[in-house]
Amino acid sequence: MFICRLSGNRSLVACCVLLMMAVPALSARAEEPPPFSPLSPASASKPGPFIHSDGATIYRAVCQGCHMPDARGARGAGEYPALAADARLASAAFPAARVLGGWLGMPRFADMLSDAQIADVVNYVRTNFGNRYPDRLCAGDVARIRTTVQSGGEK
Amino acid sequence: MMSKLQGPRGLTRRQLLKRIGTAAGASVMYRSMSALGHSNESSYAGPVNLGAAPADTRVLVLGAGLAGLVAAYELRRAGYQVDVLEYNDRVGGRSWTLRGGDEYTELGGFRQRCEFDEGQYLNPGPWRIPYHHHAMLDYAKRFNVPLEPFTQINFNAYLHSQQAFAGKPQHFRHVQADYSGHVAELLSKATNQGQLDDAIGIEDKEKLLESLRHCGMLNKDLRYGVSNRVSRTRGYDVDPGGGLMPAPLNSTPIALDDLLQSGLWKYLASDLDYEVNPSMFQPVGGMDRIATAIHREIAPSVHFGAKVIAIDQDDRGVTVRYVDSKGGGAPKSMLAAWCVCTIPLSILAKIELQVGEKMLAAIQAPSYSASVKIGLQFKRRFWEDDDRIYGGITYTDLPIQKIGYPNHGMNQGGKGVLLGAYVWGANAFEFTSMSPQDRVRKAVELGALIHPQYRREFENGIAVAWHRAPFAQGCAALWTDAMRERHYENLCAIDGRIVLAGEHASYLPAWQEGAVLSSLDAIRRLHRRIVSHA
Repeated sequence: MFICRLSGNRSLVACCVLLMMAVPALSARAEEPPPFSPLSPASASKPGPFIHSDGATIYRAVCQGCHMPDARGARGAGEYPALAADARLASAAFPAARVLGGWLGMPRFADMLSDAQIADVVNYVRTNFGNRYPDRLCAGDVARIRTTVQSGGEK
Repeated sequence: MMSKLQGPRGLTRRQLLKRIGTAAGASVMYRSMSALGHSNESSYAGPVNLGAAPADTRVLVLGAGLAGLVAAYELRRAGYQVDVLEYNDRVGGRSWTLRGGDEYTELGGFRQRCEFDEGQYLNPGPWRIPYHHHAMLDYAKRFNVPLEPFTQINFNAYLHSQQAFAGKPQHFRHVQADYSGHVAELLSKATNQGQLDDAIGIEDKEKLLESLRHCGMLNKDLRYGVSNRVSRTRGYDVDPGGGLMPAPLNSTPIALDDLLQSGLWKYLASDLDYEVNPSMFQPVGGMDRIATAIHREIAPSVHFGAKVIAIDQDDRGVTVRYVDSKGGGAPKSMLAAWCVCTIPLSILAKIELQVGEKMLAAIQAPSYSASVKIGLQFKRRFWEDDDRIYGGITYTDLPIQKIGYPNHGMNQGGKGVLLGAYVWGANAFEFTSMSPQDRVRKAVELGALIHPQYRREFENGIAVAWHRAPFAQGCAALWTDAMRERHYENLCAIDGRIVLAGEHASYLPAWQEGAVLSSLDAIRRLHRRIVSHA
């Protein structure tokens, strides 16, 4: 179901087509980006956690910055791994641990996303972009993974 | 006034005093630390003189950002044979300037063309050099790169909160003066009520009151309010004029509870940070002037469009395999006796690399912070002509977080480019996830809430989200204390024939000074190693 990776200049139309094909839940029109999260009242320099509440929106607001709207990753001097049709997502704990703890330059989101948000976005990615993993992660699962990521010590 | 503060919305007096104590304590401590010279300055001690290189010794430098350029220049000066491999087709790396006609394709294939007019530019990466970044200033001087002042604090720029003052931006000078004044009044009350008697002796008490009256612009009754003295600091409702023009009219301070509840005080401290203390500078014409000036001296050594794919080493030397950045194709190899690798860790972590486990673990440890800058060109410099803001920064709790006013071409009329967003944290991820066009559109939409002139005057814009930069994959290495404890020395130590350098191998992450100091330290240690080997 995936079209070839676009290269070079990607027009808005191509972008929409891609979104349509890769993310059936989204409408055909180019959508307004998700709303911004408010800055933390506690500090001017440390904006607060993300506000988005469903997996698709969290993906569009946060993950696609690197993994791209089509979840096919990107290559430059280095690379961002694709999440589309990704066999490594067979275990739901794997992406959850990566989101919590970060990896190879990927930021850790443990302080920016709640257990429920992480469960939602992991479930979303594991059931979209050519991934069909029926088992669902719940917030409680993420809470348990969170303790193992944290007890593993700060890298 | 105290009783007014005790209510569901306000703070109790106890909470308030606690806050004041914290604020006053911090600023007092800051000043005495600076006076005693305890703040850290750059450890740069003048131009490096490596001494003579052993004959026919080849060093390969990976990356032509500031760390790589400095390493290449100084190693060549010592007599080394140097080659530099650079992924981009320009030098500078993150020390970069976008001008009209430049094209930039970010990861994902999103392409932008900068449409700025002649003379306009955006520094999407570093944009300022503090006076205590001695190495950066010295390289600018040695390579004849003219600098001009960079205005960090502009008392007429704004502090803005969407919730406070019905969203009306407040001048920095008002918030600054009124916070000082109100706090001084409260502290003088507490002092006179004997509440600080345990903390302060009778003679100091008198001096304290005198200082509060002086620094807090209090009247003889130790009150902060409308006065000539106060308007001399915060400004007037009618400015002093000449002849039979209207007489000056004093301004009225913001009420204490409004000021406290606005939260705008939190921006006052950030401009006092040592790292952004005045004086600060910018290269005339764009930040990339320093990198391009160094490049002119070493141009034959630098090979553009080279994407490093593997770094191997053995007893005899280092072999780097690379492909064409754009075309790919068959890998080529370059051999050298030694290697200075300045590739960002976000990229290096994904390249095949022959080093020990400790260095590998260190390379993999830091994540990279998200940051976004957006440059907006306007038909006229309304921030100067209408709002009298010349250079400096406006702070806001809108997702754009900051508006930076250009520090060149001031008061000349004509067009100008604003830094329309300089974003960190959650909002930086959100901006990164948008298309470049959406980022620019959002920056205009949100900035118009502070400067309504945006809507009529906007012409074009360009947005750089650092996680989408193909050569950086992030803004800068994000270290924690625990991470440094465990990995920092292993990152900096020479591994066989390879040494790493860059802002990531410094205590000044995201600053050019960190990249340069790291590079100078790395080549000094490498040279000693090489000489002892020879």
